[in-house]
Amino acid sequence: MKILVCISKTPDTTAKIAFTDNSTKFDTNGVQWIINPYDEWYALVRAIELKEKDSSAVIHLVNVGSADAEPIIRKALALGGDEAIRVNADSHDSFFVASQIAEVAKQGNYDLVFTGKETIDYNGSSIGGMVAELLDLPYVSLATKFELSETKATITREIEGGEENCEVELPVVVSAQKGMAEQRIPNMRGIMAARTKPLKVVEPTSVTPLTNVSGFGLPPAKAGVKLVSPDNVEELVRLLHEEAKAF
Amino acid sequence: MSVLIFIDTNEGHVKKASLEVMSYGAKLADQLGTVAEGVALGTVTEDLSALGKYGVKKIHHVNNDVLNHFDAQVYTKVIAQVAEKTGAAVVIFSNNVDGKAIAPRLSARLKAGLVSGAVALPDTANGFTVKKNVFSGKAFANITINTAIKVIALSPNAYQVKTGGGSAEVVPFTTNVEPGKIKVTNVTKASGEVPLTEAEIVVSAGRGMKGPENWGMIEDLAHALHAALACSRPVADAHWRPHNEHVGQTGIAIAPNLYIAIGISGAIQHLAGVNRSKVIVVINKDPEAPFFKAADYGIVGDAFEVVPKFTEAVKKLKGS
Ligand SMILES: Cc1cc2nc3c(=O)[nH]c(=O)nc-3n(C[C@H](O)[C@H](O)[C@H](O)COP(=O)(O)OP(=O)(O)OC[C@H]3O[C@@H](n4cnc5c(N)ncnc54)[C@H](O)[C@@H]3O)c2cc1C
Ligand SMILES: Nc1ncnc2c1ncn2[C@@H]1O[C@H](COP(=O)(O)O)[C@@H](O)[C@H]1O
Repeated sequence: MKILVCISKTPDTTAKIAFTDNSTKFDTNGVQWIINPYDEWYALVRAIELKEKDSSAVIHLVNVGSADAEPIIRKALALGGDEAIRVNADSHDSFFVASQIAEVAKQGNYDLVFTGKETIDYNGSSIGGMVAELLDLPYVSLATKFELSETKATITREIEGGEENCEVELPVVVSAQKGMAEQRIPNMRGIMAARTKPLKVVEPTSVTPLTNVSGFGLPPAKAGVKLVSPDNVEELVRLLHEEAKAF
Repeated sequence: MSVLIFIDTNEGHVKKASLEVMSYGAKLADQLGTVAEGVALGTVTEDLSALGKYGVKKIHHVNNDVLNHFDAQVYTKVIAQVAEKTGAAVVIFSNNVDGKAIAPRLSARLKAGLVSGAVALPDTANGFTVKKNVFSGKAFANITINTAIKVIALSPNAYQVKTGGGSAEVVPFTTNVEPGKIKVTNVTKASGEVPLTEAEIVVSAGRGMKGPENWGMIEDLAHALHAALACSRPVADAHWRPHNEHVGQTGIAIAPNLYIAIGISGAIQHLAGVNRSKVIVVINKDPEAPFFKAADYGIVGDAFEVVPKFTEAVKKLKGS
């Protein structure tokens, strides 16, 4: 059983969002970097739980990023990945990133590829589907539960206004979200072990990006709150109805 | 050349998100000097030709029983064939659950650049640039697509549904469809409620409600407003409410017309999932609660007193 977990680096959830270079670059000044929460809490921890049940399982991590992603890769190794592959490239184009991951996946012959639901910076929710298409594999998106018996996966996924249970034979690509597992904190032993776990750096395969970011912007600031007295709730309803036309 | 719109259905009915996508696609087709066409898969019980009023001129209907079960891999193959046959220059999805599964696959299959979570019409004056949300709604990015064919997944509630006259020509599209590899064994719908991501109005509550036994008044307000329910993360973590109501950075991101936050402090991770709501109302007993900075309207007061009055006032206004 070989599992590949896709790990991305994102700014901490409380990071101040600002841009530089004429609004073409994210201002990384003072930003703390973390493992994208969906990748860490749900995809990786679920993979670790599967390994705890089946000790023959191996977990590989893949990151497409520059050398400054290594601290978060080490943290993922400390949580329980066995070895990591960093594809040495920096790109915002989902297709470029997905193509690199698909290449790693092909070479490693994995039974299972886990991604997070989405990155909290780019919010693409796209890499998993692209990887699946490039590998011609089924893709179960937005999974909230994942069970395995032999080579059959039983998965619960979110659908509009509900959920769906499904079954699929491995190999499969799955994007993970809340429900899959509970967040863990790396322990001292894990942190020590992670120092010597293999972190392989490979050069990207040549792929032409299909898109590029031409600029960033911030949403317009709110005009300020209009307060209504708690003794006059009818006034609030009137404002919502007549002024805001909210219903 | 055409703009091709994926018409997403549920049990034979066209989803509201698809009406938005058709309106958006029709406008884009105008802008590009071409026509908007649709593709619908599987059995559709509604009259497809009536969708012409949203601006689509022609609908390619692949009526094959295999397609009555959603499978992203199968759907992608079929949509790719329709796109190739009709010479689609742009293929548009809703960035809903289904769109998030198919649009990236189609993008990879056709090597067509994708913008997911688009919030505005493309700027086509000089290239093809689409505005999307990034940093969980705290910013936006303009993404330029450099390929001949483009794929867009439009954020739900980001584009107003527009209706005009006209009816669409419905043409059958036949192709071989192999069944997918994913077997659906069970579907559970949250019964009678409005799906959170499609809701126009959302009533949301947090730890200020003290315990799950106090949600009756929240449900009453939601009912009176025909709204969907949501909650903050600690509320879902404590199992006061189901996980699928958790909104925020690590929960569901929503953009309703009206978001009513009751007993929620307004932490940055919570705001990340709701800050694209058009109008935000905050009810909190603490005047210093950070949520007031992100709000349009607010009441500083005790939820246990304010919410029942709110429900009464709504009922009175609606005359029921
Ligand atoms: C990485 C990370 C990701 C996170 N993701 C999310 C997320 O996706 N979504 C999310 O919601 N949170 C998320 N959080 C948690 C977030 O930081 C806050 O802790 C959480 O949103 C607080 O929930 P709350 O507002 O319900 O509770 P509290 O912060 O405890 O606020 C309760 C509020 O209720 C008010 N109140 C109390 N009694 C009354 C009353 N009688 N009437 C009116 N008001 C009253 C209080 O004044 C207070 O403002 C995340 C945190 C981290 C670190
Ligand atoms: N640069 C990257 N390296 C490795 N995995 C990534 C990278 N970017 C995204 N992913 C994975 O793909 C998921 C979805 O990302 P996105 O489509 O960008 O929202 C993330 O949760 C990660 O699991």
